[in-house]
Amino acid sequence: MSDTRTIRLTVNGETGSYTVPVRQNLVDFIRNDLGLTGSHVGCEHGVCGACSIEVDGDIVRGCLMFAVQADGAEITTIEGLAESDRGAALRSAFSARNALQCGYCTPGMLATALDYVEAGGAADRAAIRAHLSGNYCRCTGYQSIVDAVCDVIEGRVEA
Amino acid sequence: MKAADFAYEKPDSLDAALALLADPDRDASPIAGGQSLVPMMNFRMAMPELLVDLNGLDELRGISADAGGGLRIGAMTRYSALEASDLVTERAPIIAMALPHIAHAAIRNRGTIGGSVSLADPAAEMPALMLVLDAEIEVQSAKAQRRIKADEFFTGLYETALDEGELVTAIHVPAAPSGRRFAFYELARRHGDYAMAGVAIAGTGDALEDPRIAFFSVSDRALRARGAEAALAAGDVEGAIAALDEIDFAGDLNADAKTKRHLAGVVLKRALGRL
Ligand SMILES: Cc1cc2nc3c(=O)[nH]c(=O)nc-3n(C[C@H](O)[C@H](O)[C@H](O)COP(=O)(O)OP(=O)(O)OC[C@H]3O[C@@H](n4cnc5c(N)ncnc54)[C@H](O)[C@@H]3O)c2cc1C
Ligand code: FES
Ligand code: FES
Repeated sequence: MSDTRTIRLTVNGETGSYTVPVRQNLVDFIRNDLGLTGSHVGCEHGVCGACSIEVDGDIVRGCLMFAVQADGAEITTIEGLAESDRGAALRSAFSARNALQCGYCTPGMLATALDYVEAGGAADRAAIRAHLSGNYCRCTGYQSIVDAVCDVIEGRVEA
Repeated sequence: MKAADFAYEKPDSLDAALALLADPDRDASPIAGGQSLVPMMNFRMAMPELLVDLNGLDELRGISADAGGGLRIGAMTRYSALEASDLVTERAPIIAMALPHIAHAAIRNRGTIGGSVSLADPAAEMPALMLVLDAEIEVQSAKAQRRIKADEFFTGLYETALDEGELVTAIHVPAAPSGRRFAFYELARRHGDYAMAGVAIAGTGDALEDPRIAFFSVSDRALRARGAEAALAAGDVEGAIAALDEIDFAGDLNADAKTKRHLAGVVLKRALGRL
């Protein structure tokens, strides 16, 4: 029998209490229990970056935290980023540059790219690549993803 | 895959955590950043009965200057906090040099220095840095506290001098003598991936007195290359590279032992070029 625990957390501005099995990982909780399926699950061992979300303002791997560990935390998923205006310029640039194909990696890419842009990262292709190196794109959209991030930093896109 | 069932506790004091870990009837495991342990649990390579979450222990967090010019780094200090610390850049610059090579930002936001040192992954950067810095690992059990020199801490493949029920509580980095210089170099297939071979070096002054050379990802553990240190102290770079034959090289998924031997020479030369 699974050990359960009741947690209280805020996801995209909405606070609630939930009872979760302690072995459930955070991204599964977000997708299955909250129905926020924008965050994807690829590898479940921290390698692909598809599950990247913000916990208390920092990007983390949603597959490498248990939901029970997020008790008291504030979480922003890709849905939350879309509702606020954060990341709107990146979304436009990704479309304009054809930086998304199947879209599987896109939520994680956007969250990771936003982290770089908001930290004041430079439009330096090598630095952008290094920052995004933990996110896999199976459609190999890397060139256009880097183009899109550069466009945003250099102010070439309107949100 | 998903982790097998386990029980979970998040104590709010170090004593409470140590008491949970001391229970001989429960196969308990501490969890720090979880960036290695959770994948191991998902693969069912680790199946603890009880997870003791260290994330509620403020006592284990924080970086402070010690009176002797060194540093005390709490075990639960995350890589991202080390990256943001001017004190680390100033007093242990080689840690700052290595951090960007450790995984990716999302992983550095969770992973901790104590977790890395405790795990003793042969491919990890931190254990080699501890050797080069001559750091001491502070550990505590329900019964006692002690300090272990990095040189005695890493004893084998994922093996350390930690006893059952002992936690790493802090890392002590002694003050570097004036004129101490550091260099770091690793070869990885892709930025942020585990290195195929890597090295950290320290030496004092232009003549590189008292050199320390520590390799990672070339053998079953992070290790010092003592023969190479002796050759380097005598100013003999080629001799230092030849002396690497003393290392018991071990292959991994990336490369066999022979390739590791070659790469060790390459990274050592490149690191020396950065000193
Ligand atoms: C995709 C990916 C890439 C990575 N790349 C690198 C890399 O390039 N270099 C690198 O060094 N690492 C890398 N890592 C591993 C990462 O750095 C780990 O987080 C780190 O090594 C372990 O730290 P942690 O805090 O996450 O520990 P955890 O995963 O929580 O714990 C690791 C082990 O240490 C034990 N433990 C933890 N804290 C303590 C303590 N205070 N006292 C006693 N035992 C303790 C745990 O019980 C467990 O057995 C990578 C991880 C991922 C997912
Ligand atoms: S699913 Fe989390 S990193 Fe791949
Ligand atoms: S767009 Fe398909 S995986 Fe990246």
